[in-house]
Amino acid sequence: MIWDEDFETLPREALEDLQLKRLRATTERVYATVPFYKNKFDEAGIRPQDIKSLIDLKHLPFTTKIDLRDNYPFGLFAVPMEQVVRIHASSGTTGKQTVVGYTRRDINTWAELMARSLAAAGAQKNDMIHNAYGYGLFTGGLGVHYGAEKLGASVIPISGGNSKRQIIIMQDFGSTVLTCTPSYALFLAETSEEMGVDIKKMKLKVGIFGAEPWSERMRDEIEHKLNIDAIDIYGLSEVMGPGVSIECIEAKRGLHIFEDHFIPEIINPQTGEVLPHGEKGELVFTTITKEAFPLIRYRTRDISVLYRQPCKCSRTHVRMERVSGRSDDMLIIRGVNVFPSQIESVLMNVAGVEPHYLLVVDRQGTLDTLEVQVEVNQKGFSDEVKDFQMLGRRIEKDIKDLLGVTAVVRMVEPKTIQRSEGKAQRVIDKRKI
Amino acid sequence: MKVEQISIFLENKPGALAEVTRILGEAGVNIRALSLADTKDFGILRLIVNDNEKAKEALGPKGFTVRKTEVVAVEVPDRPGGLAEILKILAEARINVEYLYAFVQQSGENAIIIFRFDETDRAIALLSEKNVRILEGQKVYTL
Repeated sequence: MIWDEDFETLPREALEDLQLKRLRATTERVYATVPFYKNKFDEAGIRPQDIKSLIDLKHLPFTTKIDLRDNYPFGLFAVPMEQVVRIHASSGTTGKQTVVGYTRRDINTWAELMARSLAAAGAQKNDMIHNAYGYGLFTGGLGVHYGAEKLGASVIPISGGNSKRQIIIMQDFGSTVLTCTPSYALFLAETSEEMGVDIKKMKLKVGIFGAEPWSERMRDEIEHKLNIDAIDIYGLSEVMGPGVSIECIEAKRGLHIFEDHFIPEIINPQTGEVLPHGEKGELVFTTITKEAFPLIRYRTRDISVLYRQPCKCSRTHVRMERVSGRSDDMLIIRGVNVFPSQIESVLMNVAGVEPHYLLVVDRQGTLDTLEVQVEVNQKGFSDEVKDFQMLGRRIEKDIKDLLGVTAVVRMVEPKTIQRSEGKAQRVIDKRKI
Repeated sequence: MKVEQISIFLENKPGALAEVTRILGEAGVNIRALSLADTKDFGILRLIVNDNEKAKEALGPKGFTVRKTEVVAVEVPDRPGGLAEILKILAEARINVEYLYAFVQQSGENAIIIFRFDETDRAIALLSEKNVRILEGQKVYTL
């Protein structure tokens, strides 16, 4: 279903006219109201009136996570605090949090875009939305919540954690839509199995998963284990929160970016050069309707590809490929770029191990080492040492073939790799470089 | 003629073995024979117990990976060269022994050795033909 037919199927030409108009308004406003942007524009020798077409966007300077931290907490807000009705912050893995604000209109826009997202995933008014994203400073919980209410669905604001209760409520209330991180969806499937509850027989029909990178194979596994359609949603608090882009259930291929509100670019993360559509690189977003916290060319560190091919759902908005990793948690092991999601796709192809893994990177002398800890499952458990060694060697070979990096596989007991109820921690880097 | 053995995957870390034996003890499962194959990272604990079902039921919910394997309990004369004679019979028939371990108790005059073969049925037939005594599972569990 399309929530906002007018804007979601706007012909490209009209869409680009709208983008240019909104981009110019945004640049004028940030130049006038946020000293950080004025300084950056001045340094780059560009003025808002130099933006004559969308092509000119590439002359504007980038904004990075470091800029957000340097202006902690409210330095990049473009409106006085009395107009701000909501604050969120993203969990910084290092240093300070990144703080974002919303005006009443921003909250309404976000709810609209989240309603579009839910509708694109097949949710409707009569659905029971089981929202297991965390509520709080994290944008996941409240973002989905407001969208679900806007859609008119019944939302269960269960938040994360207490997984057994989640299963009971899902069953008793007849939840039809599940929203959480993909790793938590698998954890819920495991929990229900332990409880002797058949999650496949529940009323769940679709899950909307995001906030961490996942793979097609993980989608297959979730769809199989929960007997649902699994839809990828994307968003980040700096840009808005969940609902920046979403897959449509018709195609389940690529996430439509709501281009009437955000302008995406793909750049080479090393050089900053804008790459043509179809090439893989770092996603960059410019917000063009946000009031409290507009962002110009924000470097997400997420790796993706943009493509313009028309979609069978009839939305005209550009699609981004599912995020395949992050340019900053990308590991460089002996000079080879390794994305944890690639390891996952190897494990998904191997019978006998679970797709849960922990990568431990270390350095012995001058040589990087990569240890991949994987959980043995019942199917893969032989009582002979040589079978394990063969399984381990097969995984090591697949990793070497696919990624070009030498890894050592270590088998661990089932369910000993930490299941995070938010974002799964998959990498421990012990190198002191 | 076969004996059921349970195998448990263990990480090579302090306390792993203690945990398994504690769980079995609390479930009232008696261990009749055991062996531990170890590597740098993990071990495989193989057990003959008096009640396989009870052992599986106790360990499964605690997150242990447990598997049943068929092994053969062979009576071996308790004198120099006793084991060698049996292994010679197997070697001549080109039956491979994957692993073996000794049982704690004796059966009369004879020692009992638990064998895992690559071809279990052929090994049983061959040994029976050569008048080597093989113990029934039920007897082994309660010996």
